Amino acid sequence: MAVKAQAQPMVSDRSSLGTLRQVLAPIGQILIFVIGGSLLLGTIVVMLALALQAGQANLLNGVVSVLPLVIIDGLVLGFLYATIALGYTLVYGVLEFINFAHGEIYMVGAFVGGGLGIWLASQGLLATMHPLIFVVIAVFVAMLASGLLAVGIERFAYRPLRGAPRLVPLISAIGVSLVLQDLVRLIAGPARFNLRYPTLNLGGRIPLFEMSTAAGTNLRVSIDNQSLIFIITSLLMLVALNYLINVTKLGKAIRAVAQDRPTASLMGINVNLIIALTFFVGGALGGGAGVLFGIKYSTVNPYIGFIAGLKAFTAAVLGGIGNITGAMVGGIVLGLLEAFVSTYLTLFTNGRLSGPDYASVASFLILIGILVFRPSGLLGEAATQKV
Amino acid sequence: MKRIASLIMLVVVLAATLAACGAATPAASPAASTGAGAADTTAASPSPSVAATESLTASPLTEASPSTAASPSAMATQAAAAEATPGADATTTVTEDLPNVSGLNLGTVRIAYQGPLSGPQAQFGTTGLNGARLAVEQLGEEMGFQNIEIAQFDDQATESVGAANANTIAADQSIVCVVGHINSGVALAALPTYRDANLVMVSPANTNPRVTEEFDDTAYRLVGRDDVQGVVAADFVQNELNAQNVYVLHDQTAYGEGLATVFRDEMQERGINVSGFAGTQETAVFDAVLTPIQAANPDVIFFGGIYDRGGPFIQQLRERGIEAKVIGGDGLDAPDLAQLGGEAVVGTNYVTVSGPASAYQQAAQFTQDYQAANNTPAAYPAFQGYDSTKACLVAIANAATEANGTPTREQVKAAMEDLETYQGVTGQVTFDDEGDRSPATYYVFEVRSGDPANWGQNEVVGSIEAQPPEE
Repeated sequence: MAVKAQAQPMVSDRSSLGTLRQVLAPIGQILIFVIGGSLLLGTIVVMLALALQAGQANLLNGVVSVLPLVIIDGLVLGFLYATIALGYTLVYGVLEFINFAHGEIYMVGAFVGGGLGIWLASQGLLATMHPLIFVVIAVFVAMLASGLLAVGIERFAYRPLRGAPRLVPLISAIGVSLVLQDLVRLIAGPARFNLRYPTLNLGGRIPLFEMSTAAGTNLRVSIDNQSLIFIITSLLMLVALNYLINVTKLGKAIRAVAQDRPTASLMGINVNLIIALTFFVGGALGGGAGVLFGIKYSTVNPYIGFIAGLKAFTAAVLGGIGNITGAMVGGIVLGLLEAFVSTYLTLFTNGRLSGPDYASVASFLILIGILVFRPSGLLGEAATQKV
Repeated sequence: MKRIASLIMLVVVLAATLAACGAATPAASPAASTGAGAADTTAASPSPSVAATESLTASPLTEASPSTAASPSAMATQAAAAEATPGADATTTVTEDLPNVSGLNLGTVRIAYQGPLSGPQAQFGTTGLNGARLAVEQLGEEMGFQNIEIAQFDDQATESVGAANANTIAADQSIVCVVGHINSGVALAALPTYRDANLVMVSPANTNPRVTEEFDDTAYRLVGRDDVQGVVAADFVQNELNAQNVYVLHDQTAYGEGLATVFRDEMQERGINVSGFAGTQETAVFDAVLTPIQAANPDVIFFGGIYDRGGPFIQQLRERGIEAKVIGGDGLDAPDLAQLGGEAVVGTNYVTVSGPASAYQQAAQFTQDYQAANNTPAAYPAFQGYDSTKACLVAIANAATEANGTPTREQVKAAMEDLETYQGVTGQVTFDDEGDRSPATYYVFEVRSGDPANWGQNEVVGSIEAQPPEE
C-alpha cells in the first residue's frame, strides 16, 4: 500500500482541466459518502422506530425530529476525525508506520493556537482584528509549530530506529506521545491546564429550517459558523493535499519514496528530506485541526489528543490506510456512526442505556463488522500492488 | 503478509480500545451502586430533618437552630438580599480554649493533605491545600507545636493514584492524621488503607454518603451530604424555578452519578417529568449529549459533575441556543467554571455546602489572611481545608496531652471520636456519630458574572440548614 494517486493519468498529463479533475474528484467521493451514509443510517433508525413503535408512543416522531441535528453533529465530529486521520494516513503511506504521537501533535497545535489567541488578546490586538483573520493566522501558526514538532520527532525518535523491526518505532511513538502530554501539562501549569480559547464573534448560528416535535414545540435546526469553518477548512486541506501529492514535483518525490526507497534514492531523491517533509505536512494538518477544534469547542486540555488520535487512526484504517480520500471518508463514516449511536441508543432503549456511554463501543463493533467484509477498508485496494 | 501484519495490528489496537472501554465500565459500576445506595438512604428516611432558616439575616448560622423536623418539600428556600450579611450584628463570639502542647516534646508531627494538585481539577485541590497550610501556620504556633508540617500528596482526582498515595501515607509513621480528599470516588478508594492503618481522615469536600457511612470511625467531613444536597436542589427546582420538565446529566463518578441519582429520584417522587438521565465521561465535545437535550426541550438541566466539565458543557449548551436553566452541586463552585464557560455560565445555579465568606462570621480574618498569603480570594474549599486541618490539630493536641508525649494514630483516632465541637471559620463544627457534620448548612447560589475574578459576587438565592439523614 502506498499513497495513491487519485486518477490514472500521471503527472505528465498537464492539462489544467485534467489537474482540476484530479484534485477535486475526492470531494465528489466524500459527498457521495456523506449523503449515502446519512441516508442509510437515517433509513435504519426510521425502520427501527417503525418496528419498535408498538412499545413506545411518539417514538417515530421523536426519531425523525432529531435526525437533522444528529447528521450535523456527525458531520462535524466526522470532519474532526478526518482531518487528524489525514496525518496518520500520509505517514503510513510513505513509511508503513503508524505514528501514534500524531494525536499529541494535534493537541500541541490546539495549545499553540489557544496560546496565540490569549497573547493577542492580552496585547489588545484581538479586539481590533476580524475574527476570521485570527482564525487564519492561528491555523497557520499552529500548522507551522506542529509541522516542525513532527519533523523533530521524526528526526530524534523515529529515524534512528528506521532499520529496526516494525514494532520498535511503534513503541517509540507511544513513548513520545506520553512525553508530549506531560510536557504540555508542565508548560501549561495548573492554571492553564484547561485552556480556554478567547471568544470570537463569528456571528450567530445560521438557521436552516424549523420543524415541530412530538412535544408540540418547534425545534430550530441550525448550524454554527465554527462548524462551517471546520468543514470548509478540512475540505480545503484535502484539496491542497491532493494537489501536493498528485501534481507537484514534491508529491512525485513523496510517491516515489513510498513506492521504493532505495530506487528513489538512486534516482537522486533525498529520501531523508522527503520523509521529513512528509512528517511536516502530516503534522501541519494535525496542528490545523487542533486550532479548528479549539475554536469550535472552546476548551482544550493536554489529554485531548489520545482519544481523538485513536479514533482518527481507526478512521484511517476504516477508509483504507494509506489512501488520502479514504481517511476523510473513514472519518466521516465514524463520526456519523457515533452521533447516531449516542443519540438513538438512548431513544430506542427509552433511557435505560445511555447513548454517549456506549457510542464508542457500538461504533467500534460496527467497524469490526465492516472490516470483516472489507479488510482493506472502504476505499482501500486488496492488492498490495504499489501505484 | 503485510496485510496480515496490519490486520493483526488493527485487532490489537481495537482490543486495546475495547479494554479501555471495559476498564472504564467497572470504574463506573461502583458509582452506579453508589447511586443505589444513596437512593436507599433517601428512601429509608424520606424526610431528613431539615430546619428551614427563615432568612439568612434572621438566623445566625453559628447557632444550632432547633431542628424542627420539616419535610423538605415544605421547606422554604427564601431568596436573600444580594448583600447577604447574615447575623453581622448578632455575632456570638465564642471564646475558645485551644489545647496547648508547648510543654511536651512531640518531635516532628505531620498531617497528610491529599487532593488533586495538578490536572483538570487542580483548582479545588490547591485551594483546599492553601487553607490547610494557613491552619498549620497560624494554629500550629498558637497551640504550641514545635515542629508540625503538612505532607502534600497529589491524587490527580484519580482513584488509582489516590489509593497508591494512601499506601505511602500509611507507611510514614510520622503522619497521624489525613486531610482530604476532594473527590468522593478517590476517597472511597483510599479509605480502606487509612482504616487498616488506623489513620483518621477529615475531608474538606467529600459529599458522597458512602464516605462516612462505610467508614464511620475513619472518615469525617466538614461538608454536607449528596442525599441532602440533591434534595435541596430538587426543592429549589420545584419551588423557585417551577420546572415541569428536567433533564439530568452526570459525569459517571461516585460524586456526580450519586448526586444526580438522588436528584432524579426526588424529582420523580414529586411528579416532575424527568425527560432524560444520561452519563458521559466526555470532557470536551458535548454534541452527543446536547442533541437529545435539545430534542427533550427541558426547562431545567441538572448537571452532576465538576467544574472542569461543567464549564465547557454550559458554554456549548448556550452556543446551541438551548436556554434551559442549569443547576448543579458543589462541584460547580469554582471560579474556573467562569474561566471555562465565560458569559455562558451567568445565571447558573449551584447547591453548595460552602456559604459566601460573609456567611461565616469567623471567616473575615481568614479571608484577609488567605488573600495576603496566596494573592487570590479565598474560595471553596479553602475554608473547609482550614477547618479540617484544625480538627486534626485539636485531636492531635488532645491525644498528645492525654498520652503526655507523641500520640499514636490510635490515640488520635480516639481523640477525634471524642472531639465534641470546635469553632471553625465555617461556624461551629459538630460531628455526629458517623462523622457527618451536624447540622450542615446548604446554600443555593446563582452565578452573577462570567469573569472568574468576580466569583465572590455570586448571589445566595436560598439557604437551608439540615441534619444528616438518620440511619
